[in-house]
Amino acid sequence: MPRTPITLVLNGTERSLFVESGENLLDALRRGIGDLSPKYGCAQGTCGTCSVQVDGRLQLACITLAETLSGRSITTAGGLAEGNELHPLQRSFMENFAAQCGYCTPGMLMAAKSLLDRNPHPRRQEVVEAISGNLCRCTGYEPIIDAILKAAEVMRRRTR
Amino acid sequence: MALRRGRGFACVNYPIGMNLGGDPSQALVHATPDGKFMVTLSSIDLGQGMKSVTRQIAAETLGVPVSDVYVDTADSDTGPHCMGSFASRGTHRVGNAVIRAATEARTQLLEAAAEELEVDAADLEPDGEGGIQVRGAPQRSISVADAAIAAQFKQGRTLSGRGIFLVPPSEVDPETGEMSPVTCFAHAAMAVDVEVDDETGEVRVVEINSAYEVGRALNPKLVEQQLIGGAWMGLSHALYETTEPYYPEREHLPLDFNSYLMPGPGNIAPHNIAILERPAEDAPFGGKGPGEMCANPVLPAVANAVFDAVGVRCDELPITPEKILRGLRSANGS
Repeated sequence: MPRTPITLVLNGTERSLFVESGENLLDALRRGIGDLSPKYGCAQGTCGTCSVQVDGRLQLACITLAETLSGRSITTAGGLAEGNELHPLQRSFMENFAAQCGYCTPGMLMAAKSLLDRNPHPRRQEVVEAISGNLCRCTGYEPIIDAILKAAEVMRRRTR
Repeated sequence: MALRRGRGFACVNYPIGMNLGGDPSQALVHATPDGKFMVTLSSIDLGQGMKSVTRQIAAETLGVPVSDVYVDTADSDTGPHCMGSFASRGTHRVGNAVIRAATEARTQLLEAAAEELEVDAADLEPDGEGGIQVRGAPQRSISVADAAIAAQFKQGRTLSGRGIFLVPPSEVDPETGEMSPVTCFAHAAMAVDVEVDDETGEVRVVEINSAYEVGRALNPKLVEQQLIGGAWMGLSHALYETTEPYYPEREHLPLDFNSYLMPGPGNIAPHNIAILERPAEDAPFGGKGPGEMCANPVLPAVANAVFDAVGVRCDELPITPEKILRGLRSANGS
């Protein structure tokens, strides 16, 4: 199997690795680099737990070809915290009990971050739409929606 | 053609665990050299929070801070036997085993401390903050860490405990068929309000109001979250989910998350919950656990609400628009 060298920026750090032709970004991140924060769910782009940002845009890592990403910038849930300082979304998910088994959480965080990046003042309905591509089996979604709205509030206070 | 409102009600008496074969669970507790405690289980936390709850139970029994207790689970090679996470038995069965193991470890901890302080172990009590003191004379004290170090490096004593919870197996009476399948029951009651479109057969759940009696909510936030999430799952089962084809041909079989229907974040019904606490005698600190019961009352309550709204009695799940429309049609004689 031919392998292609690529260099991308993962959570602010330049990383070089070989990827197989046809390999998806999720495999490249988890097996190639060892960032286990994006999860394997359906592996067909329907559950959302592998969600990452590519150049700031929300993308499903399991159906994104790794070879196409040379020079691109990837953000995963593993890169949200700054040192020991959790991202306001992570803190809010903790404080508002927005995770139960936690398997959907990395994808939910990335979907929420993508929403708040472009819309710091989301209405509840906009939060619902933003996480509609992410399945959760435990929480009934409500705690997740509440956590995102509360994180938005905290982030607005910070930037004021 | 109209949107028709309906209300359905359901109650549940839910057995905790299952007595056939004794339904045992075991726990081991041991102190690390720095005076923290490790609880070893092979019981599985599926996300319901058993690690958190057994950690609280162990800390409470040992008399040490929760932050000084670790729980290691889910490996049947390294952990003592457990029947498993099912039948809503985790808090009750595993919790009881943890209490027994932690009680034995606590006895040894107090004996080690007594040797260091040169007092009778019966006069000692943990302060819950990482210290052990003489009852009535708190100035005579030793930290749990120092007692653990003395035990393991000076006295030659382990601080550990074994626990098992086993329900006496109940034979079936051949004459009457009588037996005791469980030791305690949790309870729930639920009212569901729906809106049914009698043209499309679509059901919208407007509101859920429920009361769950769980013994004691050992971790109230986890209980509340499990009830909300579990009721959502019940709703999903009632109205959407099936591994059978929605229509008779096999090619309509749901094969993946594109065609296996589950309600998304846009289909949430407001759910108001009252948590009632009536501690059970044989339960760890009274806690029976919400478990599977969180999803159960939703199914009959939704079926009853649909019947109340449009007079169609669906006795097969899920209650799809097609079934409702077929029911309406046969009622109209067309």
